[in-house]
Amino acid sequence: MSDLLNVSSNPHVRDKRTTSSIMLSVILALIPATAFGIYNFGYKALVLVAVCIVSSVLFEGIYEYLMKQKITVKDLSAAVTGLLIALNLPHDFPIWMAVLGCGFGIIVVKQVFGGIGQNFMNPALGARCFLILSFGTKMTVFTYDGVTGATPLKQLKDTGAVDSLKSMFIGTTAGTIGETSVIAILIGAIYLLGKGIIDFRIPFTYIISFAVFIGIFGEGGFNPEFIAAHLCGGGLMLGAFFMATDYVTSPITKVGRIVFGILLGILTGVFRVFGPSAEGVSFAIIFCNLLVPIIERVTMPTAFGCKSRYLGRFKKEGN
Amino acid sequence: MSILSFKGGVHPHNDGKALSKTRPIEDFEPKGEIVIPLSQHIGTPAAPVVKPGDKVLVNQKIGESSGFISANVHSSVSGTVKKIEARRMASGNKVMCVVIDNDNRYNECPITDFRKASEMSDKEKLELIKEAGIVGMGGAGFPSHVKLSPQNKEDIEYIIVNGAECEPYLTSDYRRMIENPEYLLEGLRIVLSMFKKAKGIIAIEDNKLDAVIKLKKLLHHDKDIEVRTLFTKYPQGGERALIYAVTGRKINSSMLPADVKCIVHNVDTIFAIRNAVINKKPLVTRIVTVTGDAVKRPQNYKVPIGTNIRELVEAAGGFKKAPEKIISGGPMMGTAIYNLDAPIVKGTSSILAFTKDEVRDSEPSSCINCGRCVSVCPGRVVPARLSVMAEHGDKEAFIKNNGMECCECGCCSYICPAKRNLTQAIKSMRQDILAERKGGK
Repeated sequence: MSDLLNVSSNPHVRDKRTTSSIMLSVILALIPATAFGIYNFGYKALVLVAVCIVSSVLFEGIYEYLMKQKITVKDLSAAVTGLLIALNLPHDFPIWMAVLGCGFGIIVVKQVFGGIGQNFMNPALGARCFLILSFGTKMTVFTYDGVTGATPLKQLKDTGAVDSLKSMFIGTTAGTIGETSVIAILIGAIYLLGKGIIDFRIPFTYIISFAVFIGIFGEGGFNPEFIAAHLCGGGLMLGAFFMATDYVTSPITKVGRIVFGILLGILTGVFRVFGPSAEGVSFAIIFCNLLVPIIERVTMPTAFGCKSRYLGRFKKEGN
Repeated sequence: MSILSFKGGVHPHNDGKALSKTRPIEDFEPKGEIVIPLSQHIGTPAAPVVKPGDKVLVNQKIGESSGFISANVHSSVSGTVKKIEARRMASGNKVMCVVIDNDNRYNECPITDFRKASEMSDKEKLELIKEAGIVGMGGAGFPSHVKLSPQNKEDIEYIIVNGAECEPYLTSDYRRMIENPEYLLEGLRIVLSMFKKAKGIIAIEDNKLDAVIKLKKLLHHDKDIEVRTLFTKYPQGGERALIYAVTGRKINSSMLPADVKCIVHNVDTIFAIRNAVINKKPLVTRIVTVTGDAVKRPQNYKVPIGTNIRELVEAAGGFKKAPEKIISGGPMMGTAIYNLDAPIVKGTSSILAFTKDEVRDSEPSSCINCGRCVSVCPGRVVPARLSVMAEHGDKEAFIKNNGMECCECGCCSYICPAKRNLTQAIKSMRQDILAERKGGK
């Protein structure tokens, strides 16, 4: 036995879960949606997914190498970002544009602000919005079965006609690679909720408040079919379960998460109902990302045994 | 009856209790030198009343309490006082100690007091408890006689015996309750007799149901004491979590249990109180669990205070594999020690030896804001934010965000997937601020 033993501050045991194991779970949870996307759209989707993951990881590694920082690609967060970017692209999106998007997401949105944990905006959505603004036509033209056509959501907005809910639920429609299949996304979401990786508060309040908003302000009124089409259409499910729940860019407090979810629902509703585009999820999420610091500030929990700060703190409880 | 609990907390992945749970308490008589610190409690250190060369007997007082919040210290062996000098404690502090050359005869001080507990007044009982040098044996070491004399003595409604033993690996309280449940009840009745309105509650986690059943059987239909089952979760045995689970009352860092009409005592403390009042014997031994995957024969020992830790570990068969880390206390709140040459004190509930140091093997990375620390924090603060404030030295923000409400339980560091040392940062900041406040600012 050596003379001196290790010393450290308490606690002396640690949970097995690490940042990389969490990221790995997220990747696993995205596999159904990814697999369905590849099945639905063919090999081009597979190529895009692979390119985005590889380029995101490379961008992160190269940037950190050049900046003489610790290389953090092993935490798999760049891989998750790459995968999410790919799932947000149409399957026939030009490869070089996708790589550019990954570069924007990883370097401009994430690394410049300090890397993992420091970005104020979801890198994947930052990349998506960058691509929408830069290459709008490529991002919003979808072909399905060789025919260029509108997504069910666009059709809903333009004509008010509800496409087959069944095919929207299963995902055999036009759209980005990962957003079409509600069932595949839900399988992943249930896995994440079950493992305690994501908090139910954000997606549930998001979806409920959005449904209520659409019910009140949408053209269809309280028509269950219309609301269901809105819920299944576009990036709502993918956004609610996989993007809005991104730890870094969502509030750390429990009440904050509820506020965040409600704001998301309202903003998405505003964008979808009153905006020019049929989509609203990406912009709603990145806007709310920006509000996170202030949401956190007003929702700091009341410490155990203390009076709520609105009633004056540290007063002894009355006997 | 329903199982009681609190919000937050963690379930450590390996509770390790199986190692020593079935091992009965064994008397351990050290052979080597005994080092008895004069400060094993919160408050003023005791003043030595012996000098080098003096002969001492077991139970003889060697340190006199010096102040209201202070406690007497007694010899746990018979022999000769070698010297009085500062020695290193398990906590890392240097404390004045009485070093005794053990003659291995264990000759006891004669007892001259033959009063019966039932004939004594509250004041006399309290005097005996004070004389016996009893302090909180869960680890904090707050002098028990002070705890037992709150200002609102008449209002106290509950005397809660903390049998949660929520720290992984520890089994000393469990063995106490299993082996001598009748003593626990006797001790608790003595305390209850001092508080007219009070009712006794023995709170035990549901991983020790056999202890619950044993105690319930002994109680029959007694109305004055109740056994309550707690959900097994760390830090269920923390004072604030315990009081909340049992009574639904909440206290914060600036309140005492007496403010919500409760007094909480550890199981071993109640045993010491019984021993003091019935047998007129001071606190000179305690139960220590020696365990961990590096220990050859994990065991529960009844150990004289002042025993060298190395000697105790050797009694447990020594190490089967070289330990990387040794902890005095539990794995969640205990203190890591850098060598074995420190004495067992009144608050040492266990000595743990691990072959693997989980903390060294996990490298801290950036916070990913996942909020797990917030979910597990029993004090309902935001450890991730507080630790940043602490690292920046921003005292004002730290206090404003309830940093002082942290109970240093370690749940946030335990759960953190980025392996950040949240508790350490917050704890250091708290101690800085407390020291500043004490400094008369």
